[in-house]
Amino acid sequence: MTTIVVHAAPTRWWHSRAVARFMRHHLALVGIAMITLLVLACAIGPYALPYDSLQIDLRARFAPPLSGHHYFGTDPLGRDLAARLLEAGRVSLLVGFSAMLLSTLIGTLVGVTAGYRGGWVGAALMRVVDGFLSYPSIFLVLALAAMLRPSPVMITVIIAVTSWMETARIVEAEVRSLREREFVQAARMVGLSRRHIMFREVLPNAMGPIIVAASLAVARAILLEAYISFLGYGIQPPLPSWGNMLNGAQQYLASAPWLAIIPGAAITIAVTSFNFIGDGLRDALDVRNDHI
Amino acid sequence: MSGFLLNRLSQSIVLLVIVSIIGFTVLNLMPGGPLAQFGLDPGMTQKDVERLAAQLGLNRPLWLQYLDWASRLIRGDWGHSFRDGSAVLSVIGRHLLATLLLMGTSTVLAIAAGTWIGIRGATHRYSLFDYCATVGAMVALSVPTFWFGLIGIYIFTLKLGWVPAGNMYTIGDGSVLDYLHHLILPSLVLSLVHVAIWSRYMRTATLDALSQDFVKTARAKGVSERRILLKHVVGNALLPMITLAGMQLPSVLTGALVTETVFTWPGMGRLFLDSLGYSDYPMVMGLLIFSAILVVLGNLIADIVIATVDPRIRLG
Repeated sequence: MTTIVVHAAPTRWWHSRAVARFMRHHLALVGIAMITLLVLACAIGPYALPYDSLQIDLRARFAPPLSGHHYFGTDPLGRDLAARLLEAGRVSLLVGFSAMLLSTLIGTLVGVTAGYRGGWVGAALMRVVDGFLSYPSIFLVLALAAMLRPSPVMITVIIAVTSWMETARIVEAEVRSLREREFVQAARMVGLSRRHIMFREVLPNAMGPIIVAASLAVARAILLEAYISFLGYGIQPPLPSWGNMLNGAQQYLASAPWLAIIPGAAITIAVTSFNFIGDGLRDALDVRNDHI
Repeated sequence: MSGFLLNRLSQSIVLLVIVSIIGFTVLNLMPGGPLAQFGLDPGMTQKDVERLAAQLGLNRPLWLQYLDWASRLIRGDWGHSFRDGSAVLSVIGRHLLATLLLMGTSTVLAIAAGTWIGIRGATHRYSLFDYCATVGAMVALSVPTFWFGLIGIYIFTLKLGWVPAGNMYTIGDGSVLDYLHHLILPSLVLSLVHVAIWSRYMRTATLDALSQDFVKTARAKGVSERRILLKHVVGNALLPMITLAGMQLPSVLTGALVTETVFTWPGMGRLFLDSLGYSDYPMVMGLLIFSAILVVLGNLIADIVIATVDPRIRLG
């Protein structure tokens, strides 16, 4: 008598084909590396630098980069730009990331509900999505930010409330196509509740597009925060953010260009990284590329 | 065609109603409502604020206020600016042309550059050019428009002195050439993001068209590669760009607001920011709604244009 030993195939997530595909996507790996570096720098950096981000030194105003221990120079109040940049990075990245979480949550809830319920509920919800999408995002965000008290939490909420629609659209389309599949019909036949089917059966199968949309949403949220903070309606000083560091930079463009160049480069690097990662995830998770 | 038109028109009207409800709700849900700013004004007593609220009809139920507001919106009575009392709609009208000029120029630039880059990327797939275009597009999508503007001013105005740093014309000049001179940098800045989007789209569309049967047929007939590209591929790939142009409108308007701020361009975006600075509620409200109406109308026009050009759309 022979005994057949069946080895279970390794099913850990890091052995999956999606991870293998992601690891072959060079730009995505570059993105991951840059974000890791940026997060580490922002987390540890402020402790390692000799200056505090709020320490004013009027004798060292407008010091150009690489003067003394001011690696990135100083601002009009003589504050160390490197310290401010890293401190601002904490704020900007945190706002971007939190806004993504919140907007993904809203978008997913709306998308799943609209896609699964269909009918007039779904149609009405999607018309609301269209309505929100008709507003150029910055007009809506600025109007809200100008009228509400601009704390970092409020800015996060405002960004999330004005950027959940893309996710909702993607999830709705995905759920609508999943709704008629056999496993959902089976779940219905077994008598599972609608909420259970929506969130336990259908939603896990729509995770791919949601993850891709979320990674791109971080990029979008960081950009949006930068826009409104640059215009003076976002994160308020003395708390630095990459956007509000650029707020006064234009008037010193001729004499102190580094004030404009350095924070903008930080934003570009962070946003580019998240866009790279999103692109890699899209390839890895094999999400159809109908959103450019 | 008339059936399509009617259907599309009614969709737009429904969308406009929803848009107006969203705008109205958002701005009225604010703590303190439209008069919140006066609560902080030491020169105004609580009584003054209440009197103003009664004058403006703000003590009525919200739905009644909405109906009243919406009907005045339709009649073209958009209220008066808190700042100088001028009619909102006419002020917007005065700033609209500058914004449209900027948006139009940058869109033409973006489509021209994007089409060329996209087609070349598709015909030379996986070449160095294609790779650089792909990475470049993703970086371009990530650059904050205002930062690109600042860098542009630094290089082309401060270092090279080629173009002015802002405004729409030199006072006392105002020739076409002078306008163009002022227009070139802001429209280039605004077009960057959209060059990225158009080129990505065009690359996909060209690849798609290249794999179609009619291209194989044309090749089999011995039509030159260049002629195939110009006649069969580009024509088919360009059509949906009309729809895409409509879909890009909100993002172009967002970019325009930022660009106008950096370049002190006297358009709608700057008007919006100035109005925010003055807490000019009717103006902010008007511009917010106006920008959304512009987007809805733009999409409607794009759909009508593409339906007249392409019979498959209106019949299918």
